Amino acid sequence: MSTVIEAVAVSRAVGQPLDRIDGHAKVTGAARYAADAPIAAPLHAAIVQSTIPCGRIAAIDESAARNLAGVVEVLTYRNAPRVPVLSFDFTTPVTEELAPLQSDAIAYDGQHVAVVIAETFEAARAGATLLRIGYERREAEVSLDTARTIEHPEQWFGDDAQPRRGDPERAYNAAAVRVDATYTTPEETHNPLEPSVTVAEWRDGELTVYDATQWVRGTRAVLAKSFELDEEKVRVISPFLGGGFGCKGFFWPHPLIAAMAAKVTNRPVKLVLTREQMFTSCGYRSETRQRVRIGASREGRLQAILHDVLAESSRVGMFVESAGAVTTMLYDVSNIAVTHRIARLDVPTPTAMRAPGKAPGTYALGSALDELAYACGLDPLDVLRRNDAAVDRSSGLPFSSKQLLACYERGAEAFGWSARPKAPRAWREGGELVGWGVATATYPALRSPAQARVTLSTDGLVDVASATHDLGTGMYTILAQIAADELGVDPRAIRVRIGDSSFPVAPVAGGSMSSASVGPAVQDAARRAYHEAVAIATSSGESALHGLPERDVEARDGALRSKADPSRAVTYADLVRLGGSGAIEALGSAAPGDEDERLSFYSFGAQFVEVRFDEELARLRVSRALGVFDCGRILNPKTARSQMIGGIVWGIGMAMLEETVRDPRYGAVVTNNLADYHVPVNADVPDIDVLFVEEPDLAFNSLGARGVGEIGITGVAAAIANAVYHATGVRVRDLPIVPEKLLGAGPAAG
Amino acid sequence: MRAFEYVVAASSAAARTLAREVDGARFYAGGTTLVDLMKADVERPRRVIDISRLPLAAIEQRGDVVRIGALARNSDVAYDARIVLHFPAVSEALLSGASGQIRNAATIGGNLLQRTRCSYFRETRWRCNKREPGSGCDALDGFNRGHAVLGTSDSCIASYPGDLAVALCALSARVVVEGNDGERTIALDDLYVLPGEHPERETTLGPGELITAVELRAERLHERSHYLKIRDRASFEFALVSVACAVELDGKNIAQARLALGGVGTVPWRAREAEAALTGAPPGEAAFRRAAETALTGARTRAHNAYKVELAQRAIVRALRSVCGTGA
Amino acid sequence: MPTTERPAAPAQPAVQLTLRLNGREATFAVEPDVTLLDLLRERAGLTGSKKGCDRGQCGACTVLVNGRRTLSCLALALAHAGDAITTIEGLAAGSELHPVQAAFVEHDAFQCGFCTPGQILSAVGAIAEGHARTGDEIREAMSGNLCRCGAYPNIVAAIAAVQRAR
Repeated sequence: MSTVIEAVAVSRAVGQPLDRIDGHAKVTGAARYAADAPIAAPLHAAIVQSTIPCGRIAAIDESAARNLAGVVEVLTYRNAPRVPVLSFDFTTPVTEELAPLQSDAIAYDGQHVAVVIAETFEAARAGATLLRIGYERREAEVSLDTARTIEHPEQWFGDDAQPRRGDPERAYNAAAVRVDATYTTPEETHNPLEPSVTVAEWRDGELTVYDATQWVRGTRAVLAKSFELDEEKVRVISPFLGGGFGCKGFFWPHPLIAAMAAKVTNRPVKLVLTREQMFTSCGYRSETRQRVRIGASREGRLQAILHDVLAESSRVGMFVESAGAVTTMLYDVSNIAVTHRIARLDVPTPTAMRAPGKAPGTYALGSALDELAYACGLDPLDVLRRNDAAVDRSSGLPFSSKQLLACYERGAEAFGWSARPKAPRAWREGGELVGWGVATATYPALRSPAQARVTLSTDGLVDVASATHDLGTGMYTILAQIAADELGVDPRAIRVRIGDSSFPVAPVAGGSMSSASVGPAVQDAARRAYHEAVAIATSSGESALHGLPERDVEARDGALRSKADPSRAVTYADLVRLGGSGAIEALGSAAPGDEDERLSFYSFGAQFVEVRFDEELARLRVSRALGVFDCGRILNPKTARSQMIGGIVWGIGMAMLEETVRDPRYGAVVTNNLADYHVPVNADVPDIDVLFVEEPDLAFNSLGARGVGEIGITGVAAAIANAVYHATGVRVRDLPIVPEKLLGAGPAAG
Repeated sequence: MRAFEYVVAASSAAARTLAREVDGARFYAGGTTLVDLMKADVERPRRVIDISRLPLAAIEQRGDVVRIGALARNSDVAYDARIVLHFPAVSEALLSGASGQIRNAATIGGNLLQRTRCSYFRETRWRCNKREPGSGCDALDGFNRGHAVLGTSDSCIASYPGDLAVALCALSARVVVEGNDGERTIALDDLYVLPGEHPERETTLGPGELITAVELRAERLHERSHYLKIRDRASFEFALVSVACAVELDGKNIAQARLALGGVGTVPWRAREAEAALTGAPPGEAAFRRAAETALTGARTRAHNAYKVELAQRAIVRALRSVCGTGA
Repeated sequence: MPTTERPAAPAQPAVQLTLRLNGREATFAVEPDVTLLDLLRERAGLTGSKKGCDRGQCGACTVLVNGRRTLSCLALALAHAGDAITTIEGLAAGSELHPVQAAFVEHDAFQCGFCTPGQILSAVGAIAEGHARTGDEIREAMSGNLCRCGAYPNIVAAIAAVQRAR
């Protein structure tokens, strides 16, 4: 009922750059993350991990650990409670077909093999050091270079993993201009600042866990199934999450270990993974090798793209880093061949990491298009514009809303693109080479069914609850804004409760779908609560609005009022009292319909980057970055801008710093800490500009909003690599762009 | 972290006695290296002797000698007006190291004894001759992008990670050591030992000896000094390559030069032959390049660190150019 | 030094430790292997200080020790007898946010909020040190505090705003 929006839309909170409503809690230390769970005197657990990539546990000597003062229990496969091995589906989102502590088999280096449980954190840590585990090692394959088991997945998350159209080989061979290049991206690790944590407590056969998860409902489902409990007997709580970026999305084994430990000891147990363990315990972004072949006319019109992706997965879990996925739809090209090959290795299982597939995919494709532009003697931005797809060529469907050309235009103007010298290595300032690069950003707009509850109570409180999450995305604030508009109250007066599996169902907080899924559910719940309040207001004899038709009532300043005479008003608190049932409570829901049979839903953007290069010292820095995005309606420009800045910072890390190095002799991560795995620091990041080209996508949902979490990183690495080429004349096709890859770009010293 | 005994020393003499009593005692000053490595189970002291409150934190100038107490905090030294004026390279080196928080805790003496960042040293799962003598070296054929190219041996290629010692090395600092037979003063160069076949031995300090101060001589040469650090991140990272240099010009020529390298050596690397090559030469690209080549003579590279030779040479040229004011 | 097995020291019993914690004297029974961070989080109930790496590589555990910013994960608690420790819980004056806290909210200088207590205390320390005046100085001074959400430009803006208002 769109008329309702107009009726109550007095103060428009949605679209305002509201400060985060959880901001005060976060700047005062009051926000409680999983490791801060209000559980008195828990036991502490420390995990021990395998140090071989393949084989079995041959011996365990627990004596020293058990003899240590404070150690309460040691669990290994020999004495841990039995749990079933589950397979992945969307009701039990396990990443690995490997239940922890169930057998002596070792499938990768870093697999959990024991847990030491102690009265203090210090005793657990010391006990873990004292545990002696002997292994029988078998030959392992840990490198893409030597992989022998290669699979060709047909599908990945419902999409064709080997899509083709037209006759790509012929079109490529016949093209006037051809680019054939191979791009590689390394393993990368999410490294949210908050390590994974589970605090588990059993009480009367019911399990409560405080877990650092992006999906309380998914975690609950796996725990319930593992311990053969009704889901109602398991409660998963995650009100604040110290970042996730994908590594807390699906279910990893450690919450099970915490729950086992709590069960065996009959005490609450706190298990915090160490930073080192974060490199093997909750996924990573697969390494990719991507060969991209582009055939085009001399005018830069695309005729064929062939994109071959090789990535890795483990022996115990399948994940496809679908780097070729958006290649089929991003540009107007008739002939396409995309392949994904997955090497099964004796390594931990990779998983979704910010813009899975799209981050490395847009690097390779965005670089290849830049190479094409130089091969054609064209401005790289012109090549992008020229090949803009008016419809989604992969499905033939029109886009629900697409403002990519406007993103290019706005970006070019704001960045000053027209002043860009055409030739590479032609621009020097202050002793440095300067270069500009551009690339396209994109991410599909996804949506899942979701529910929310809005409750108005006698104390005037408006409460919003849903089992969704705020990973730093601004979800708390956005949901308050949405409810505020429906109810005509100040969003800061709304209490939002999320991250609890006992709240109405919501999907995993991933894939940029939370706002688009949960937002409409909150809107629906708030509208229902509003209608109930209006019904009481107009029907109750004690109400100042008694007898008014609904259309003459509006919500404003925390009360229902007569439109004709706003002083005639009843507060929600009074309405709740008049209603007589203690509260006005409404459950709302929202779900996608069949719109994806008619329309294609994607967000788009344009990334512009300036780099400066000190060629003598091979010192590269990003000196400016601008992202212009088309994500439908922006619910909160302040938090949305922050998300985009964050994505661009991730792109800087991906392009120049981040690499998870696995020693090929051992299959173990060498750079398993934040000193050796380089995430950007403050000094690496320049001022970043973000612009939005806003067009509400009302075909997508009632708010017109698509997600903003993932798209920010896409295209950034390509824009940086392209800017590096423009500055230096050196094309780096192997991330990250570290100094030694640019040493050849300057004069030799000797 | 293994169990240990914690004791507070009332004096430096008491600290040394406490250290001698137990095999495997460690002094605790800022804690930034020791606690880190204890958590890694690499350091397993039986006794930790807290010396952090001993009165050894003063920075004093007597005549032309500036004496920095071993317990002076890195940040205090870096911003001390005398250090900034007389030894800019020392201030720059300190400020390029670690982070503001760590510099507030780390002490000068502890910093000199900072241990390598070799990944294979820092986790007990790997083979490491420095940690477990005779066990082998996983870095030789492992991921050795950060490792040394100078002063290496078949037993160890771990690079010395610090910044301060490189600057002190170039400025001919002396280290005051209190031992059983009283105080002795050694050249900073002589504090460090090349790995050879015994990388477990890193310094010439004897059991129970305590560094109490570092001494620097204020002279014209040291005032024209500079520290240049190259790393992947713009901050909060150890050096891939660093250069400390000092130059005294005499009319048209270089009268004296000092040059030391970080990130490339198993110890803070004083490049004396390069210094000699600079002495008497007119400051300019030719001399700088000759010095750079000389400094890296004998470099032995591994699979991932060959770039350090070229990068270090370029850094030397840049640092010399900068300190000589000869422009680009 | 070699790490060949030598007998570990017998576990030392807890000893009394008194600190000035957020302006109040507080006494704990502490074993030698307890870090200042674990003391704050697990024994003093001050969970605002975060453990991001536990190895001095992220800055999330930053607290003020006698007014100076330092990493609580690399400090043995017993080495801080008598010291004045300020954590994020003790920064605001009653219900009034410290100017740096208020600026972080206004400039959206955080997302997930996990690194935020450390960022704020580091900023307070850096401002007091006097070397966080320009944008570039702020970036350098704040580089010991990782923010994986990438809020750096907003962190710089927040601190610059505090400096302008001083």
